[in-house]
Amino acid sequence: MSNAKLYHRLVVWLLFLILLLPLAATLVYSLATQWSATILPSGLTLKWYVALWNDPRFLVAFGHSLVVCVGALLLAIFLVLSLLFVIAYHFPKLDAVMNVLILLPFAVPPVVSSVGLLQLYASGPLPLIGTPWILIGCYFTIALPFMYRAISNNLQALNLRDLMDAAHLLGASTFRAALIVVLPNLRKGLMVALFLSFSFLMGEFVFANILVGGRYETLQVYLYSMRNGSGHFTSALVISYFLVVLLVTWVANSLNRDKQ
Amino acid sequence: MKGKWLAALCTLPFLVFFFAFQIAPLLWITFNSLNSSQGWGLDNFREILGSPFYRQAIRFSLEISLWSSVLGLVIAVISSYSLHKVDSTLRGFVTAFTNMTSNFAGVPLAFAFIILLGFNGCLTLLLKQAGLIQDFNLYSKSGLILIYTYFQIPLGVLLLYPAFGALREEWRESAALLGANAWHYWRYIGLPILTPALLGTFIILLANALGAYATVYALTTGNFNVVPVRIAALVSGDIFLDPNMASALAMLLVALMALITVIHQWLLRRSYHVQR
Repeated sequence: MSNAKLYHRLVVWLLFLILLLPLAATLVYSLATQWSATILPSGLTLKWYVALWNDPRFLVAFGHSLVVCVGALLLAIFLVLSLLFVIAYHFPKLDAVMNVLILLPFAVPPVVSSVGLLQLYASGPLPLIGTPWILIGCYFTIALPFMYRAISNNLQALNLRDLMDAAHLLGASTFRAALIVVLPNLRKGLMVALFLSFSFLMGEFVFANILVGGRYETLQVYLYSMRNGSGHFTSALVISYFLVVLLVTWVANSLNRDKQ
Repeated sequence: MKGKWLAALCTLPFLVFFFAFQIAPLLWITFNSLNSSQGWGLDNFREILGSPFYRQAIRFSLEISLWSSVLGLVIAVISSYSLHKVDSTLRGFVTAFTNMTSNFAGVPLAFAFIILLGFNGCLTLLLKQAGLIQDFNLYSKSGLILIYTYFQIPLGVLLLYPAFGALREEWRESAALLGANAWHYWRYIGLPILTPALLGTFIILLANALGAYATVYALTTGNFNVVPVRIAALVSGDIFLDPNMASALAMLLVALMALITVIHQWLLRRSYHVQR
């Protein structure tokens, strides 16, 4: 093996090790009976995982996270699909405008948005603060850029006008054609975007903590509130959370590979 | 014509939600940043720029963001290049892993770093015993730069890796035939081609770090003075609430990001690759 090849392998393995280190440490910590002021733990156990998965508060928080993420993604699918059908079929020029608008959730950090949200929805006609509804709305905006790009790329790859014309000729209404002809063609791209969005929405903390907090505790808020408890317990929590994310990203990746 | 109106009506739900959760909060802070106890005007901004406390938050935010972006970018450049040079099994595995770790940020990351590098963290103890470090404080500025760099690396690799695909092996060979050494190749061919991608990635990393809140909040329970922590403390803290001041700080953060984007566009226009 040449020197250059060895160097590149070394760099890639080093990158892997650096990225792995915090995760590996957390994993070992979550399996350790006790680990303080020594370099290696004194014994291994699964009791922290048993304790975690038997904690009703954890299960409730996990359920809350699922409800909010799935709710937000369903909302995003509905809103983005209806918008994109109309744009692609009737107003293709609006795509340029939308490409700028969907940058807003990137450009405006959640901590900035939450200042306005907190004042607008604390009371008045829409008292959403402290309820899961505000999180569903906010998570929709976080997922929007990804969902929009994924669906828009897929729609552009389809020959939308011909598909719709063919469906019309066969007697389908526009709505019916969109639902049973175009939608199935978008399924795969949509699934990839959904799984990826899901995995980072599960990790969202800023909106959840500032806008809702303990009133509808999500996984991340629960994790944060456990910071003063046993480090082994929180490690088991971090690893469990990461395994869920791992699984979901893995599904997204393999779906993506099938597509190519 | 009627179909077109009906179609336009279908976009209404999206517009309502997008306005309610993205545009309206932004409008609210824009207006209220100009509102203070002394009435309408620039008083909030004057107070921020005149207060050593807020100035420190801005300075810390900038320092941490700049350093973590530079370090993250350098590591991402070196790794992305090497990723292109290794066999596809290793590449596939490490890119997939990098993809997954890009979701490892915020509260879980802060906890992992406490285990690894906290006062009694295993790496801290190991390095202390080896005599490599005297002491390490994860909860300080350098500790924050370290943890920010960690979450910048996966993002940097994801953004930069495709850019290296544009560098063709033939160019390097042609350059070598014409007598260029490695330095000449990178100085006159490699870097100019990569410049737009490098600048773009740097901007995204910078924006990512400037707006980051969860990691620093979870690590220091909101005791470290950076702009996002100040903003959140002004609207959801338990001592002193001032949404108008929070709006002004938030506007400052948004303005900072806008400024960075403008500089980016300007640099991009001057770069060799785009001029052609």
